[in-house]
Amino acid sequence: MRQRLAGHSVPFLPPGMVSGFEFQEKHMFGDRQFAEGRMFAFPSHYLKGDGFMDAEITLRVDGEEHRLTVDTRTTILDALRESIGNTSPKKGCDHGQCGACTVLLDGRRVNSCLTLAVAHDGAEVTTSEGLSENGELHPMHRSFMEHDAFQCGYCTPGQIVSAVGMLDEVEAGWTSHATEDGENVSLSDEEIRERMSGNLCRCAAYANMLPAIKEVSDR
Amino acid sequence: MTATQAPGKSVGAPISRVEGHLKVRGAATYAYEHRLDEPAYLHPLQSTIANGRVAKIDASRAEAEPGVVAVLTHENAPKLEAVGDAELEILQNGEVGFRGQFIGAVIADTFEAARYAAGLVEIEYEERETDADFRPDRDDLYTPEQLNAGFEPDTSVGDVDGALASAAVKFDATYTTPREHNNPMEPHSSIAVWDEGELTLYESTQGVYWTQNTIAPLFGLDAEKVHVISPHVGGGFGSKGLPHANVVLAALAAMLVEGRPVKFALTRHMMFSVAGYRTPTIQRIRLGADAEGKLSAICNDVVEQTSKIKEFAEQTGTSARMMYDSSNIQTTHLLAALDVAVPSWLRAPGEAPGMFALESAMDEMAIECDLDPVEFRIMNEPEKDLESGLPFSSRGLVACLREGAERFGWDGRNPTPRSERDGRWLVGTGVASSVYPVFSMGGNAATIRADSDGKYVVEIGAADIGTGTWTTLGQIAADELGVSFEDVEMKIGDTKFPNASGAGGSSGITSWGSTLVEAARSLREKIEAEHGGNIPDEGVEASAKMPKNPHRKEYAMYAFGAHFVEARVDEDTGEVRVPRMTSVFAAGRIINAKTARSQFMGGMVMGLSAALHEESVLDTRFGHVVNHDFAEYHIPTNADVGELDISWIEEDDPYVNPMGSKGIGEIGIVGSAAAVANAVYHATGTRVRELPITPDKLIS
Ligand code: FES
Ligand code: FES
Repeated sequence: MRQRLAGHSVPFLPPGMVSGFEFQEKHMFGDRQFAEGRMFAFPSHYLKGDGFMDAEITLRVDGEEHRLTVDTRTTILDALRESIGNTSPKKGCDHGQCGACTVLLDGRRVNSCLTLAVAHDGAEVTTSEGLSENGELHPMHRSFMEHDAFQCGYCTPGQIVSAVGMLDEVEAGWTSHATEDGENVSLSDEEIRERMSGNLCRCAAYANMLPAIKEVSDR
Repeated sequence: MTATQAPGKSVGAPISRVEGHLKVRGAATYAYEHRLDEPAYLHPLQSTIANGRVAKIDASRAEAEPGVVAVLTHENAPKLEAVGDAELEILQNGEVGFRGQFIGAVIADTFEAARYAAGLVEIEYEERETDADFRPDRDDLYTPEQLNAGFEPDTSVGDVDGALASAAVKFDATYTTPREHNNPMEPHSSIAVWDEGELTLYESTQGVYWTQNTIAPLFGLDAEKVHVISPHVGGGFGSKGLPHANVVLAALAAMLVEGRPVKFALTRHMMFSVAGYRTPTIQRIRLGADAEGKLSAICNDVVEQTSKIKEFAEQTGTSARMMYDSSNIQTTHLLAALDVAVPSWLRAPGEAPGMFALESAMDEMAIECDLDPVEFRIMNEPEKDLESGLPFSSRGLVACLREGAERFGWDGRNPTPRSERDGRWLVGTGVASSVYPVFSMGGNAATIRADSDGKYVVEIGAADIGTGTWTTLGQIAADELGVSFEDVEMKIGDTKFPNASGAGGSSGITSWGSTLVEAARSLREKIEAEHGGNIPDEGVEASAKMPKNPHRKEYAMYAFGAHFVEARVDEDTGEVRVPRMTSVFAAGRIINAKTARSQFMGGMVMGLSAALHEESVLDTRFGHVVNHDFAEYHIPTNADVGELDISWIEEDDPYVNPMGSKGIGEIGIVGSAAAVANAVYHATGTRVRELPITPDKLIS
């Protein structure tokens, strides 16, 4: 990642800080003072004037490479929706509490609203749109349609990405709270319900998602 | 089912949603997602006091922030017309009527800059005392002139007091339901653009014309100068029925940057202050019965809350007026007007809280009378609508209760509380009835065009908020046109299509569908009369308005249902689980078996949610909801929902509308919370009369 400071000189850099990216990775969670106060004030405190603290990054989204300049405050969700124009992942809470923004980030499901874009230069992002191949809907897409596993559809791309990511996690043997013996995973209804509980659906299509997901996993 | 439907056979079929392929990929365009050139982003300023006025506002630091385009405050806001709606007439002076009210906005080139700069605006207030304490013993309670949907606040048939005094069995208890927030998954969102005195709103709304008709007068515009576009809506449940102040704020801001689109989506936090909510209620239910259990008195006295700046009076007691047979029925409504945000519609306003109280009380009364709660309800079935004196166009409650009991395995239930356990879990079952009126709304028109290739295009400004409208209206039109479903293309969700009412009061299909049937008939007649039965090469179209339903004056029209619930309560922790729920509905003809089932299901789970989870906790000192996010305002997750057995009885009702259908968006939530509460009582012996049933209320 290359950091661009919009033509401004930086009057002061915290010790050990090489770039905004490293600053965040090394200090944001380790040093409470930075995390709570100065980190978020950084853009305007340290850079008086008309520029943002922008960074140039590359994201591979649904198989396509995008080179983009992002504000360091920008989440992957907003980078996708507002910069790249991929509105497949939705914003339901912007706080990691609903799952509407779920994407696969380097193959793992994450809440993209909690993921700063600048921290993921070079990452591979898959949205529900990107699960389609050669214009063909993914089996999970088709199963959701067949089982009417949505109503308003707003949580749906997140649910579908989450379901696909979840099946991979099960395949890899990851356990969950619902794993009976705590070790050996078998995909019971309870496992699916538990593992899909990070994705809220106010329309409450849950009871249709269950058979939709089961049908795909059974194949 | 996606197979081709034979002509005339679409209604009733379980056809998958036509827009489903867009929704699963995330390619359906919701309000905030329309791609427009050079959008500006809005972040609002919200008052941090509940009562007073803005004394000073200093936006200089915000204005100096890179990327900031403008700061909107009451000092520079464009003037709005005085329409007498203090919720919507924002920024016209510095007055503050509730905490979280919009007092300004930052408009910037990016979302991040707007949000950040909003924190740099310095605001000083002159604060007045906050009065946000909702209590039934306040001395300023008042009777509203009318309730939501135009119902009378107070009604009385016979002599309730006399009947109660002489009743062999008397019951008197008070129930409370909390403040609840709609929380559709898609936050309320707008993109507003002004162009030569006309306003375009890309909106998340339950009714494009409801939005147009509310917003246009505020800006002194003729209605047709406001264009509203809303093809897909990420849920609403009432909160997106009539526009809230967020739409006005976006439109005001867009005036400052004329020609540039302004984007504004509420955050989840803001959804708890400016987007409406269900008002809390306190209901005293009194019942009297003779020794056999025949009701002689039904009384619901309601106290509920509204906002000082705008009245909303939920019709909480109305279902007590028609649900069960009694010669003496009385309902009253009193309001407390407080310094709080403005309450509004939330799925089944009135019926949802009202039937929690009534159906809990019916369970308690059945026990008092030593009767099975299913039989107790059946023996108190009325022959006509007691309020209007009209016969019911159809009334399937008894059929639903019997069918539900059968499916659920109710027979042989041991009525004694705490009679069944499974390890640490106390197991119980409960039942409750459901009801919802068949509303229809005025102001509908539709146009249908036939092309010579046998394809039809149907236009009406209706809404699909997850209700299945894109699909169900096509089914209705196809059958009336006598063509297959695939030959009909629907166009909805835009004011460029003919006038339509919104998705509210479960009235959509009745209102829009009746209009489509009329338009289809006109088109067929036209093709017959003017074109010898053949569609001409250049195509042909016909328009129609919704016809009046002459039967409205002759019959009382309602849908009914029955819920059966199994609850399991952890004896040590008070945790409640609902492993299964059986609901049966009598809602006329079902238009689409697949999407209808989902709508029933959504309502049932929202009722389960009201029973166990939802409560917006108000800090009465400051007048704001403290648990204003999904981490603390709980709604069910996948793991909270067990087996749902959903069905309906065949019901032939020729009076409600030409389709014979009744609205189904709300009936699922009505009574379901009571069924859970009744099951929890049966499991534990503890009667919880205050929703939600949280563990603390079950651990003695
Ligand atoms: S928007 Fe990311 S979890 Fe809700
Ligand atoms: S389908 Fe509407 S929130 Fe899930």
